[in-house]
Amino acid sequence: MAKKTMIEAIRDAHHIAMEADEKVVVFGEDVGYFGGVFRCTAGLQEKFGKARCFDAPICEGGIVGAAIGMAAYGLRPCIEIQFADYAYPAYDQIVSEAARLRHRSGGQFTAPMVIRMPTGGGIFGGQTHSQSPEALFAHVSGLKTVIPSTPYDAKGLLLASIEDNDPVIFLEPKRLYNGPFDGEHDKSIVPWSKHDDAEVPDGHYTVPLGKAKIVREGKDVTILAYGTMVHVAKKTAEDQGIDAEVIDLRTLVPLDTETIAQSVQKTGRCVVVHEATRTCGYGAELVSIVNELCFWALEAPVERVTGWDTPYPHSQEWDYFPGPKRLGAALNQIMEA
Amino acid sequence: MSKSPRKAKITTDQKLKFYKDMLLIRRFEEKAGQLYGRGLIAGFCHLYIGQEAVVVGMQDCIGDGDQVVTGYRDHGHMLACGMDPDGVMAELTGREGGYSRGKGGSMHMFSREKNFFGGHGIVGAQVPIGTGLAFSNKYKETDRVCLTYFGDGATNQGQVYEAFNMASLWKLPVVYVIENNMYAMGTSVERHASETELFKRGISFEIEGMEVDGMDVMKVREAGMKAVEHARSGKGPMILEMKTYRYRGHSMSDPAKYRKREEVDDIRSHHDPIEGLKKQLIEAGEASEDDLKAIDKDIKAVVAKSVDFAQESPLPDPKELWTDVLIESEGV
Repeated sequence: MAKKTMIEAIRDAHHIAMEADEKVVVFGEDVGYFGGVFRCTAGLQEKFGKARCFDAPICEGGIVGAAIGMAAYGLRPCIEIQFADYAYPAYDQIVSEAARLRHRSGGQFTAPMVIRMPTGGGIFGGQTHSQSPEALFAHVSGLKTVIPSTPYDAKGLLLASIEDNDPVIFLEPKRLYNGPFDGEHDKSIVPWSKHDDAEVPDGHYTVPLGKAKIVREGKDVTILAYGTMVHVAKKTAEDQGIDAEVIDLRTLVPLDTETIAQSVQKTGRCVVVHEATRTCGYGAELVSIVNELCFWALEAPVERVTGWDTPYPHSQEWDYFPGPKRLGAALNQIMEA
Repeated sequence: MSKSPRKAKITTDQKLKFYKDMLLIRRFEEKAGQLYGRGLIAGFCHLYIGQEAVVVGMQDCIGDGDQVVTGYRDHGHMLACGMDPDGVMAELTGREGGYSRGKGGSMHMFSREKNFFGGHGIVGAQVPIGTGLAFSNKYKETDRVCLTYFGDGATNQGQVYEAFNMASLWKLPVVYVIENNMYAMGTSVERHASETELFKRGISFEIEGMEVDGMDVMKVREAGMKAVEHARSGKGPMILEMKTYRYRGHSMSDPAKYRKREEVDDIRSHHDPIEGLKKQLIEAGEASEDDLKAIDKDIKAVVAKSVDFAQESPLPDPKELWTDVLIESEGV
């Protein structure tokens, strides 16, 4: 079994899906000839031809709309929006069309498609190349929203998403593409080759949508995280010497409420973390769910550690990012309560 | 060339079929307007009265396996696609027997059987979708064509031009039918478009465009045949601008203060597509007044039956709210 970066794992999933099913087509801005700005689709056009992997004009609404038409008529498009921040021009198509086609046609038509997009900050992209818009998708009925934190999960979840019959938003934390970033931004990058979860089996496998993973067992407090923050949470728990249970949600919709409830009922404490802005962030939903399912088991109010309610900054990136310091403070506070 | 369907002489039977199809839409829409007034249709309802020649003429240019997608003024398109008036009317009344089982309503109906891909309530949103349907045809190496209808108002939406560019770049088999009924909701073309000759809107994408008298079903058909042949033969998209007119308001709640009553009356009296064809049929001795009255009587019976069905069909079961959202959610 070889170690792969998240980029290589995603590329591998594309190769397998396209080999298995000629209905799978891959396109987006710079996706064909160039192989994607983050190289996630490199080699696909050479191998599968321009009919199946190709460049689209820079027009996100048109790209998503065309993919919906393809999906409604028998293809399985897996498209790339170059940055999650560019999904806004396509939001109408995603919400009003992709997510709703099935319901409004009384189940006659569906849009089995995957919209991949790199998400989150950590690369000094400023406000238009760093945002974490997952709540905007999780809020929309008729969509599934997926976000991996490791190369193993990225491949397995992407294959499961391509094979799924519903439209899936597949968010790729771009700070994790080349290494398991744990929030220690002033230290040198640890490559995936030094990480256990970079073991990616060859061939086909899936990671089911809707199943969270306990990535660190503990009994004192539950940390609910996804994407980049999974690695920040593990590192912070270790550094603080707190016996935290870290849950990687992996899919936000459908959400594995069972794993969450079991853990919080055991620990009695819960911290919710995400990189996105705080107000109406996905964390608000998680806090609600924990309160609904585990209120009588809670020893302390549920804490949220999130990005600030500001545009994503450029030079002040690390002041915005909810790194180990802020998470550590929240963990200490909740343990004292 | 004589074998080309475009050049072939149109038979009396074909003309009578056009007459019937247009009249069905007219009578259906009149009845829908009445039901709306009686509170049996709730929400939005955009009537197609006046524009019948466009969809009837265009549908004659396509065959089995070709696709149709349109915006929210969609009842006429569904009837012209051969969808059952019962199911369309029952969707208008939000009943279980409707094409979307009451989940879509007036603007959102579909038929897998008839390759009708909706019924879309967001202005212009169907244009990239129709382009994607055309992509599927090309990808599957079929010779099928997608008719993508939209209004003059939609021609100002950015995503329409995204779709034009892709369709031309990739030579997709799509015909863009602009139904220019002169008003984008309440704003006249002169007040909403810098270039009011909408067939020119494809020039910078190298998409050929034609202006067509959309009040004359024969002229619509002739232009439609040319455009469909063009798309089917692998030459890529074409734009047809149908100059048409809607007699009723944009929707049922439209007071129509943006145009004069005389303007509507003038078009109704001098350019009505159904009256126009009726005159031709009678003058050419291809049908008598009585023949056409008999057709009207039959159509009224069909529409009356659809109204009965749409009132008798039950409301959807409450659990239907939760179905057809995500596949896994069914049965919850």
